[in-house]
Amino acid sequence: MSDFNHSAILETKEALGETTLVADAAQIVDLCRYLKHEHKFNRLCSVTAVDWHPAEPRFEVVYHLHAVDPAPSTAIPKVRRLRVKVRVSGADPEIDSVTGVWRSANWYERETFDMFGVRFRNHPHLIRLLMPLDWEGHPLRKDFPTHGYKYSYKAEEAK
Amino acid sequence: MKQPLEDHVATLPAVEEKPASPSAPRRMTLNMGPQHPSTHGVLRIIIELEGETIVKAEPDIGFLHTGIEKQAEFTNWAQTVTLTDRVDYLSNLANNLVYALTVEKLLQLEIPPKAQWMRVMLAEIDRLNSHLVWLGTHALDIGAMSMFFYCFREREEVLRLKEMFSGQRMMTSYIRPGGLALEPPRGWDQAVGKFIRQFPGRVDEYENLLDNNPIWKIRTQGVGFISIEDMLDLGVTGPMLRGAGIPLDVRKTEPYSSYEKFDFIVPTRTENDVYARYRVRLEEMRQSARIIMQAIEGMPSGAWQADAPHVVLPDREKMKTQMEALIYHFKIVTEGYRVPPGEVFQAVESPRGEIAYYAVSDGTSKPYRLHMRTPSFGNLQALPTLLEGSLIADSIASLGSMDFVLGDTDR
Repeated sequence: MSDFNHSAILETKEALGETTLVADAAQIVDLCRYLKHEHKFNRLCSVTAVDWHPAEPRFEVVYHLHAVDPAPSTAIPKVRRLRVKVRVSGADPEIDSVTGVWRSANWYERETFDMFGVRFRNHPHLIRLLMPLDWEGHPLRKDFPTHGYKYSYKAEEAK
Repeated sequence: MKQPLEDHVATLPAVEEKPASPSAPRRMTLNMGPQHPSTHGVLRIIIELEGETIVKAEPDIGFLHTGIEKQAEFTNWAQTVTLTDRVDYLSNLANNLVYALTVEKLLQLEIPPKAQWMRVMLAEIDRLNSHLVWLGTHALDIGAMSMFFYCFREREEVLRLKEMFSGQRMMTSYIRPGGLALEPPRGWDQAVGKFIRQFPGRVDEYENLLDNNPIWKIRTQGVGFISIEDMLDLGVTGPMLRGAGIPLDVRKTEPYSSYEKFDFIVPTRTENDVYARYRVRLEEMRQSARIIMQAIEGMPSGAWQADAPHVVLPDREKMKTQMEALIYHFKIVTEGYRVPPGEVFQAVESPRGEIAYYAVSDGTSKPYRLHMRTPSFGNLQALPTLLEGSLIADSIASLGSMDFVLGDTDR
């Protein structure tokens, strides 16, 4: 990956024994491909988001990477972990999908879309995963009430 | 043996061609679940068949989504333990453990050796519970009914042990941030020791019942192949990966709760089929029994809770006699304890694979965000790859070999 641009990494943090990279949202796919091929992060553990409502940029999309030796052996493989974070604005939360790099991103990105409303460009099948298809709103957003918009105990009692 | 797709399709009787698409073979779409008994929960799979061969499988999940991650944002750090129990009903202690480790990492809390060893022992007892239920139901799916009774006989004893420790059979909430929920009961070592001494013999019994059964071997050997590259790419962990020869086990690669002090091996097989996964889990049960035995024999003495009065509830007797303990009790119960701001990703090895919690704290007494990376969710994503190209009759064996729990998938 000679075309990889190091300006994609905005910040690096080391806390509680874990490394975090804060990356530029526009270059996330390039960065992930670079990390996979040059640094052997062959597994994507999970993709999720954190909602910092009402701060801006509102969302942090968080990727957890895992490097495992893929050769079958009897020796215990050496592993490394890395966290990559991308900040996304709340007005139009959209980011490129990394399903082209790791296929496991598929369901995690769908879940993140379902729960936070962050859209992933070029995702093969971006529909709700856990909530019903006709559900309104994104439940894990901080401004979404625990009981949802449509139903409330008060409305039940008023009946 | 698994038949290659082309060979199998060639043996199918000719079907009447539809005028609309004269060249395409007739396909049938089959809905499996969400109430199918072999999905062990509420998993729906939309299967497209060509004859008896699965050409496309699309899992549909979310029927058991209970919003645990959302609820966790409204309960304080201490209360959230009870939610983690409900993620995976077969290995609740693994979930308790990963949550406790996550919070302790954020709090930078030192856990006394006795609590750590107790946690290891309980996590392994839990692994036995999960694997026993898996073996019983998986064999039942394939047609070996008596396995179910044998496995549930032992599982009942495991549940009795869990009840002895915590008062609960399934949702124990026994491992909590700061140590354990209660002092281990009197005579626990005899009770666990009595069970664990006869357990390897019971595993031999299962092995005899199944390995001398030609039907079991035909149904499982050479069925459910999925390549290592696909598994790593799709996020599969646990016995599935170890059945393909990769000894990836968080207990060894990133030891937690003093697993590094225990002598055990990570069993692997290279066949990469349903049978290999069965052998791996069977061997894991033996290794778990070894770990539990070592834990009983070398159990350190001392405290079973961390010396952190702002996190662990004070002793009842102290609360009645000491003002300070009473104040701490009041603060912990009413407000909860505050956790310093930060984020943590902690993984442990659950019976199903890698379970990891990602917790974000903003310095208050409630989690700002708690993400659960559950093994069933990661493994289930490989289901289409696993099923496509196999026979519909083998799908039950392949599904069962993944050992997923739908509560764990949907959270």
